[in-house]
Amino acid sequence: MGAAPAARDVTSYGTGLAAPLALFFLAFFVAPLLQLFWLSLHNDTAGLHWGIGQYLQFLTDPFSLSVLGSTLLLGAAVTAVCLLLGFPIAWLYQRVGPRLQTVIILIVLLPLLTSVVVRTFAWIVILGRQGIINATLQSLGMIDTPLRLLYTQFGVVIALAQVQMPLMVLPLITALGRIDSNLEDASCSLGAGSWRTLWRIVLPLSLPGIIAGCTLTYAAAITAFITQSLIGGGQMLFMPMYLYQQASALQNWPFAAAISIIFLLAVLAVVSVFTALGRLSRGYGGA
Amino acid sequence: MADTQGGRSLVVDAVTHRFPNGALAVENINLDVKGGEIIALLGPSGCGKTTLLRIIAGFIAQTQGRIIIGDDIVDPLPPNRRAVGIVFQNYALFPHLSISENVGYGLAARGVDKATRQREAQRLLELVQLPTMADRLPRQLSGGQQQRVALARALAIKPSILLLDEPFAALDKNLRLDMQIEVKRLQRVSGITTLIVTHDQEEALSMADRVAVLSHGKLEQFGTPSDVYDRPQTLFVNTFVGSTNRMPGTVMSSDRTGAKVRLDAGSEIIARPATGSLTEGGRVTVCIRPEHLQFVNDDAGFAGVIGMSLPLGATVVHEVTTADGTGVKVSQARFGETRTLESGAAVRLAPLAPALANAFPATL
Repeated sequence: MGAAPAARDVTSYGTGLAAPLALFFLAFFVAPLLQLFWLSLHNDTAGLHWGIGQYLQFLTDPFSLSVLGSTLLLGAAVTAVCLLLGFPIAWLYQRVGPRLQTVIILIVLLPLLTSVVVRTFAWIVILGRQGIINATLQSLGMIDTPLRLLYTQFGVVIALAQVQMPLMVLPLITALGRIDSNLEDASCSLGAGSWRTLWRIVLPLSLPGIIAGCTLTYAAAITAFITQSLIGGGQMLFMPMYLYQQASALQNWPFAAAISIIFLLAVLAVVSVFTALGRLSRGYGGA
Repeated sequence: MADTQGGRSLVVDAVTHRFPNGALAVENINLDVKGGEIIALLGPSGCGKTTLLRIIAGFIAQTQGRIIIGDDIVDPLPPNRRAVGIVFQNYALFPHLSISENVGYGLAARGVDKATRQREAQRLLELVQLPTMADRLPRQLSGGQQQRVALARALAIKPSILLLDEPFAALDKNLRLDMQIEVKRLQRVSGITTLIVTHDQEEALSMADRVAVLSHGKLEQFGTPSDVYDRPQTLFVNTFVGSTNRMPGTVMSSDRTGAKVRLDAGSEIIARPATGSLTEGGRVTVCIRPEHLQFVNDDAGFAGVIGMSLPLGATVVHEVTTADGTGVKVSQARFGETRTLESGAAVRLAPLAPALANAFPATL
């Protein structure tokens, strides 16, 4: 805060301004994380014996591993659905007039403006045994007995995809908007049809947006506690609920802590794969 | 398709295009381009020249009229079936593909195998004098090099027509001249009918066999560079191409070869009627280029007062105000005794020769 030295570089700033946020993170993020790690290194719930027993228990238990596996798969499925449905929306957004763009943005953002609980209950109404889909199909005579949609993997994926769609579409819109429209015209004038232009020009150049969207969608989908639990019901167990049960119901804090750390590492691994793909894409086409 | 190299004619037949909002982009444009010609579409921004280029390329479907390449009416064909090569103003090289892949892109779209593609790309890169750049990415090349690649890429598909959209606008002045010579050389070698869209009159006059001048969506004149410069058909062409002095006057007598005009500035001169004959007693605007005026000593010509003299290197430009208040510029080639004149000095001016002035019917 003192008088600035005469020859100060005007383009550099002091790091002091970042201190409040750094302290905040230190107190409420780094410290709890370290405490969590410390907790996970105890073999008993009382916290008296040190060891890696909790990790060994998780990694040798087929049930725990299957919960981890199905959670990571759920994330992959939701990400794939979001990408397949979101890319055409983002592509359309870049090709319509300003009025339609507003409409598209509103539709995409609308899920973010309603409570996650409300949205999830809406899906229960839609997917339930007496829900909108079953009622419609039955009245049309296309099915005799109601389809099982709620409490299935399919139901969870659909509901999560809707909830996480903005996280995919917004980065894609940004990435597609950055592509020079002359490139598509150039591709076309050189004799390429629309599909070749999409595969060889538009998709590779929108890869940064695709990767950003996938990372966000993936991370959000596998940690979406409420939607997973309400749509998945009792039969489907994913990591957030598993963790909650261990910590809250069974009071097994060291095991819950170990689950958290393993889950964190698994997510980090997947995210770093995405990031590596992104780095690869920058050197795309060097061959 | 593969053997349509060069020399195809292009006819723009009564093309009119209206934007969806109703605005007229181009109106009743007729161009008849012979195979192997270089044509410049010249005009200020917003005159419709880029719209016309996009119509020929197939990116815009015109409201009326036909585009005929060779013997084929190409209107039903999408851009990727027209075999028209385009060099965009910003070159539009694919940033994620190597130079070789950029050049070979059009061949890949035609299903040519990779080895042939690479061989052909290398041949074209040698043609544009960039044989060692095949494996680089576009961003590693300078502006001029990128433009050569864009040219090679357009030539790779053996286009029947080559369209260049403001191709030299992004280059600095020295490089621009080099590239203009280069493009002209490549065009002569390949014999491909070429259309250059430009707002730069020097570029149009120096590069093109014929120049089409456009203004507000209308074709003002289509002729050789010397036609356009020396025998402009409209006042717009006369003022847009080169610089000119506009002097009001009244027609004393007129026939097809020349009109005697009494300038408001105070003398009679012989001017070329730009559009047929002029009506006797009618008001006209006479255009005389600064380099076609000279100082005279006796009572000939019209009187004026020097406002300012600007030595511009090879020429000296004098600003003169005439008796009726019209501002006139006089450009003198600079040699030995040429000097700047005192502000306020009285002078007399006359055209170098009678045929050098053009008379247009006054619109107001």
